[in-house]
Amino acid sequence: MSVRSKNLIGPLDYTRRTWMRLVLLGTFVFLYAPIVTLVAFSFNDSRRNIVWRGFTFKYYEKAWNNSSLVEAFTNSLTIAFLSTLISVVLGTMTAILLWRFRFPGKAGYEGAMSLPIVIPEICMGVAMLAFFSRIGWPSGLPWPLNLGAITISHISFSFPFVTVVVRARLASFNRELEEAAKDLGAGEWQAFKDILIPHMRPGLIAGTLLAFTLSLDDFVITFFTSGPDTITFPIKIYSMIRFSVTPEVNAASAVLIAITLVMTTFALWFQSRSGDHGGVAHG
Amino acid sequence: MADRPVILQIKQVVKSFGNVHAVNGVNLNIYEGEFFALLGPSGCGKTTLLRMLAGFEFPSEGSIKIDGKETRDIPPNQRPVNMVFQSYAVFPHMNVFDNVAYGLKVAKTPREEVKERVQDALALVKLDGYELRKPDQLSGGQRQRVALARALVKRPRVLLLDEPLSALDAKLREAMQLELVKLQKAVGITFLIVTHDQEEALSMADRIAVMENGVVRQVAPPGELYESPNCRFVADFIGRMNLFAGIVEGHEDWGGLNVKTELLGKLTIPHSERVSSKLHLAVRPEKLRISSEILPSSYFSFPGEVDAVVYHGSESHVYLKTDAGPFLCATLTNLSRISVRPKKGDRLWIGWAPEDTLVLSE
Ligand SMILES: Nc1ncnc2c1ncn2[C@@H]1O[C@H](COP(=O)(O)OP(=O)(O)OP(=O)(O)O)[C@@H](O)[C@H]1O
Ligand SMILES: [Mg+2]
Repeated sequence: MSVRSKNLIGPLDYTRRTWMRLVLLGTFVFLYAPIVTLVAFSFNDSRRNIVWRGFTFKYYEKAWNNSSLVEAFTNSLTIAFLSTLISVVLGTMTAILLWRFRFPGKAGYEGAMSLPIVIPEICMGVAMLAFFSRIGWPSGLPWPLNLGAITISHISFSFPFVTVVVRARLASFNRELEEAAKDLGAGEWQAFKDILIPHMRPGLIAGTLLAFTLSLDDFVITFFTSGPDTITFPIKIYSMIRFSVTPEVNAASAVLIAITLVMTTFALWFQSRSGDHGGVAHG
Repeated sequence: MADRPVILQIKQVVKSFGNVHAVNGVNLNIYEGEFFALLGPSGCGKTTLLRMLAGFEFPSEGSIKIDGKETRDIPPNQRPVNMVFQSYAVFPHMNVFDNVAYGLKVAKTPREEVKERVQDALALVKLDGYELRKPDQLSGGQRQRVALARALVKRPRVLLLDEPLSALDAKLREAMQLELVKLQKAVGITFLIVTHDQEEALSMADRIAVMENGVVRQVAPPGELYESPNCRFVADFIGRMNLFAGIVEGHEDWGGLNVKTELLGKLTIPHSERVSSKLHLAVRPEKLRISSEILPSSYFSFPGEVDAVVYHGSESHVYLKTDAGPFLCATLTNLSRISVRPKKGDRLWIGWAPEDTLVLSE
């Protein structure tokens, strides 16, 4: 019996079924093959992306020296940084508001707030375009200020995601913890800082990642709100591949992937280090 | 107790949530150094009262004075009381040391003093050596002691405990009851404990207030509460009780009361205080005598038979049916391993001494 059972496949032993392994393999191939190819061909010593001609860093150098690409990249990072910062603060405050207080029109407010999550991006983009031209948003401002319109539109679609994630985390908070802190002498702000924030941390990290990646790779909404002097990275790539897909594009994308990976790893490390295991889904 | 100063004065306190009166006109004086218990069934307003003392709820009416000072405008973080929460509320992201030190750090106590006082508090609750553990590495009982140390380290005037032992298993609970009493005597802080477990209250407290539906029914030391309850609710809630309704028919010159009970006939009970005409008579199960021979003539006694015997280890509960009708319960201590216990169907005499009869108003 015990000898035979080794070879029997248990009901949850999915990974030991051949067809399941094939499905798994297929999934991984479809998921990662494009990314691996993209990164691999960024080192290809050829003007065209089809045949492998040898290893080179040339295109990284070229991308680095392409000032408009670097500018787009800087713009994207700046926008993502600002939009994430504000989205996280705003989204967290909204989450706390919805969690803690009861007020007239709360249900309506909640619905309106999550609209940017469900609304098609293209509509949101058109709406943003109409909005900024209607209020006469100034163009031609000096550098960081000219990114204002894009940053604002990014905040408006990112912060509801932060709210949703943080609020889910707050649902598991034991109010007695906060009362205990106050009972021990902490004021309102100190109890918030010492007790509530550590509890929200996994949600905050997930929300930050979410907001950052949403902003960094947004194309549609940005397309409608950017002008000639405010090109972001996705838009720059798009305009580059309209001519040809050169390894330069691959190189720039590979750098972006690397940044995302480093950030995610850092966030996950930070999350596990905070010693709290009850977190919500990682962004 | 009354010779000590009053530390907590609760006067005509009412707390309403909408049209629910969770606390409905409570008056209590709690004295310095006392171990005081608030006892009552679930939902009677104990937690609400405690939360008002801690400052998390505001009384709708009435006043609460701590050390003679009106507390209405004092926020929770400035009251000289500390609380041990029912869920313990130990901060999950801090280790034991930081949990206990939290209240001192918030008060900007010098580092050296924090260290010293935390060590002392942990030693007091026998948790020395656990400083670096996280709460999820502790047992329920240990977490409870962290909560206790965390509150005690602040040296409050009054320590409030909301059902601190309800999450522990029976053995541990009993041990902790003893420890809490010892601890309280050692530190000399006034303890106000909330519980719905009457045995816990009886075994720990110096005085007990029994609550029902937001009202305090009786305040007394444990012995008095058990032997002389002042109303039917308290008599029934504390321990077990045989109760019968009765009607007063007259008074004897020597202070006796003639009571007619529907099921036990007419009884004359030594009782000199004035009573309403309708009342309840009560007698504790352990005060009943059962015997196959006739009982002394001074006893109230009735013939009857055994209906059921329930074995509880140290004692057995004998349910009896009197020939006149009503059921009674008697407890017998199982004094020896082979003691002969009555069996179902045995014919017996059932009785008790008249002075063991309690007269209760409705
Ligand atoms: N915030 C609140 N809003 C509305 N009603 C409340 C609130 N808090 C308590 N109550 C009501 O007040 C009454 C007393 O509640 P309380 O929590 O004080 O009971 P308790 O004696 O502590 O009971 P338990 O032994 O079950 O803890 C209950 O009927 C409860 O439903
Ligand atoms: Mg309660």
